[in-house]
Amino acid sequence: MSKHETVTAASTTETKEIEEVITDAIQYAKKHGADHVEISARNDKGFSVSARLGDIETLEHHNQRALAVTVYRGKAKGSANCNDIRSSAINDVIDAALGMASFTAEDEASGLADAELMATNYPELDLDQPWGIQPDQALQIAMQCEQTARADERIVNSEGASVSTIRSEAIYANSHDFLGRYTSTRHSISCSVVAADKQGMQRDYWYSVARDADELDAVDIIGLKARERTLRRLNARSLSTCEVPVLFEPNVARSILGHFFSAINGGSLYRDASFLTDSLGQKIFPEWLSISEDPHIKTALASSPFDAEGVRTQARDIVSDGVLQGYILASYSARKLGMTTTGNSGGIHNIRLPESEYSQDDLIKQMGNGVLVTELIGNGVNPVTGDYSRGAAGFWVENGEIQYPVQEITIAGNLKEMFQRIKAIGNDVDTCGGIHLGSMLMDQLTVAGSAE
Amino acid sequence: MESIDVARAQLLSPTGLVDEDLNKALSTILGGAIDTADLYFQSQVREAWSLDDGIIKDASYSRQRGVGVRAIAGEKTGFAYSDDIEMSALLESACAARSIAKASNSIVMPSQHIQTGRELYSQDSPFATLNEHQKMDLLRQADEIARQADPRVKQVMVSLVGMHEVVLIARSDGLLAADVRPLVRFNISVIAEQNGRREQGSMGGGGRFDYQHFTDENSIEGFAKEAVRQALVNLEAKDAPAGKMTVVLGPGWPGVLLHEAVGHGLEGDFNRKETSAFSGRIGERVASTGVTVVDDGTIENRRGSLNLDDEGTPTQCTTLIEDGILRGYMQDRLNAQLSGTVSTGNGRRESYAHLPMPRMTNTYMLAGEHAPEDIIASVDHGFYAVNFGGGQVDITSGKFVFSASEAYMIENGKITYPVKGATLIGDGPDVLTRVSMIGNDLELDSGIGTCGKEGQSVPVGVGQPTLKVDGITVGGTQA
Repeated sequence: MSKHETVTAASTTETKEIEEVITDAIQYAKKHGADHVEISARNDKGFSVSARLGDIETLEHHNQRALAVTVYRGKAKGSANCNDIRSSAINDVIDAALGMASFTAEDEASGLADAELMATNYPELDLDQPWGIQPDQALQIAMQCEQTARADERIVNSEGASVSTIRSEAIYANSHDFLGRYTSTRHSISCSVVAADKQGMQRDYWYSVARDADELDAVDIIGLKARERTLRRLNARSLSTCEVPVLFEPNVARSILGHFFSAINGGSLYRDASFLTDSLGQKIFPEWLSISEDPHIKTALASSPFDAEGVRTQARDIVSDGVLQGYILASYSARKLGMTTTGNSGGIHNIRLPESEYSQDDLIKQMGNGVLVTELIGNGVNPVTGDYSRGAAGFWVENGEIQYPVQEITIAGNLKEMFQRIKAIGNDVDTCGGIHLGSMLMDQLTVAGSAE
Repeated sequence: MESIDVARAQLLSPTGLVDEDLNKALSTILGGAIDTADLYFQSQVREAWSLDDGIIKDASYSRQRGVGVRAIAGEKTGFAYSDDIEMSALLESACAARSIAKASNSIVMPSQHIQTGRELYSQDSPFATLNEHQKMDLLRQADEIARQADPRVKQVMVSLVGMHEVVLIARSDGLLAADVRPLVRFNISVIAEQNGRREQGSMGGGGRFDYQHFTDENSIEGFAKEAVRQALVNLEAKDAPAGKMTVVLGPGWPGVLLHEAVGHGLEGDFNRKETSAFSGRIGERVASTGVTVVDDGTIENRRGSLNLDDEGTPTQCTTLIEDGILRGYMQDRLNAQLSGTVSTGNGRRESYAHLPMPRMTNTYMLAGEHAPEDIIASVDHGFYAVNFGGGQVDITSGKFVFSASEAYMIENGKITYPVKGATLIGDGPDVLTRVSMIGNDLELDSGIGTCGKEGQSVPVGVGQPTLKVDGITVGGTQA
């Protein structure tokens, strides 16, 4: 099929036009009453294909467009967006944004990010790595992945395997005469299967995601992990309520650090809606733990040359020796706090922790008796108080050895205390996401269960 | 004007499309191994206003439109969409969607017939009933009431969101159907502070009506005071207990229990694929005597209601569990057909750019006979949860969670003191068999629910009477 190629070629000419369309639109906005304006546009193209029980299940072609405009009349702000990036539509969107801005209040902190912070030149991050496969090739990959995952008689069913590839062209411009654009790709393979025994069914999954298809895990590894992760959950039981150390696998440990980043996000801080308000310079984590952010790692998933306000991104230390060095700020929240934006409008960039010498097995031994958590469900996290209570599944560990799978348990504590109780981080670093992290061992949490 | 005419005028006329063009597009898909196909045209206008720090800070307007084209061959689905609603884009999407199966000559479509839906809500745009100044006054009013309610209130955030959606569905069996859907939502959240401790409370409401509802019903004052009350209760809350115990759930929004514990597990896709903990259990006892749970998309003006689902099937009230016995699943067309049954009007999708699947509408348990105070009086030691955040479920193992945001201890039949929020975890096929008392106080939630499944969000409703459950694990910190 040559269709994919034609679509890609056509989009190149389309985006050449879009620079002009957007520059014209900024002029239009200024002429019609905007003191400042910012416009972002995006076009995601690609497809995803899924296979189930050895045959194709769905083939979805994606071609999604988005255009968002924010205008400032003095210090009052209005926004509008649509999914049409033709010039006729853009002027309507600007008119709508101008209309909205005539009703909002003057707000000293509002406005574009400061002109001197714009990313006037930025590094090439190699984020555009088209895979170049056709849907039928992707289907073969998905089928192979699922076949590997099903290669055990206890795997009785499947939710299927899917392969997806998306190429996104993003452009951002504002009335500081900044116009930045970059193209990025995102490819993924995932698989989920169901195992059963007389106790009932269990499901688990595995996946790999990368900007460059060469960096994806091997198809058979993904299938194998999906199979093993599912099989090891069979015959799970609950626990009786106890207070024990907990070891979080990388895919769930990431969510714990995610709560930290939400808590030091400017939007929560200026509203006093965080359990970490006024925490700059305070010791949040144990002394051995440091956290850095690097937006410029080539081909990494959370790399970006500039943030959602055109601000240049740069590497920095967020936590040094356990002490908080900086917040996660965009220009608005920074002004509210009397600070400068950290280039995090739109989110955090690649987060890294120091290298560890411990494998997950080492950490299991170090834990002695406790719970290895492989899955967390629900949203029982209170961002204002840090109170934490989520559903979990995993394994009971005794004397440093995995004993049996557990389910229908909860893990509870307070995040502020939990951060201090991190004992060690593993070297099993997972880079599928903005936070690159290994397993995380934490002291004494309350584990509730239904066993007598 | 009929919905169908509104839809033609808004979705087809601007680019000169007529009904016959839809037939033409559909007939290019049909033939060969393709069994069925549909086109889903959608336009959506949305506005959102928010107040923060005592001022109207953000206002946004959004307009989306597009068409999704789906082709089905047995269990296979091909899908493509376009934000251009015009013939060439439609045909291109049709081509892409049909590539799921081997091509052959097009066949002739059956003649078109219009499916009319219910009339559960007004077609009118919800935006115009209040002017911009009145909308902002609503936000300011809530802010003022909350701040005046108690000096400990330190932060107030208020939002008002309105949507107006027009959908047109054309199917290869000749059905043509349309729906015009308003949806509004008001929300307030507050943070109160006392002796350096901060706690939050939030409340909101909405439905398929217009903004006038909030002024007519004087609901803003109720929302603001309720949010403050919750925050103040939480300022006094002690650590929550950990372990299995008797739990009493309040009426209304705590019905999120049903949504997670049984609702998702009874969706047709999981049961057709036999990946649900409820698969193959129709006719079996899955709940105590007296427990009847329905999914009802036909309640007037409710957030989860629809005149027709997103496949053109009129919604209905489906009995899921009747007097404790599992009676039925919620179906869309694809899963119904593959399971040898018919759609229950639960085929829903987030937008034209997403595939439909079986989704809930308004899911609730019918009332029982006990007075709520008698239920509380019957508990020696237990956990009483009246407000919740969200929940989640593992369909296959049946394990589900839902998180309390306002709760109390019950000792010797009396509510004693408030405790912090905690996650409750249980087993879907088991939990309703532990229901030992059902209140006579059925309530539906205030119109705030959004359900996520496979990355797609749709508005839903839940409800239940006060319930006593003998044994759910409460995930607090006090072992």
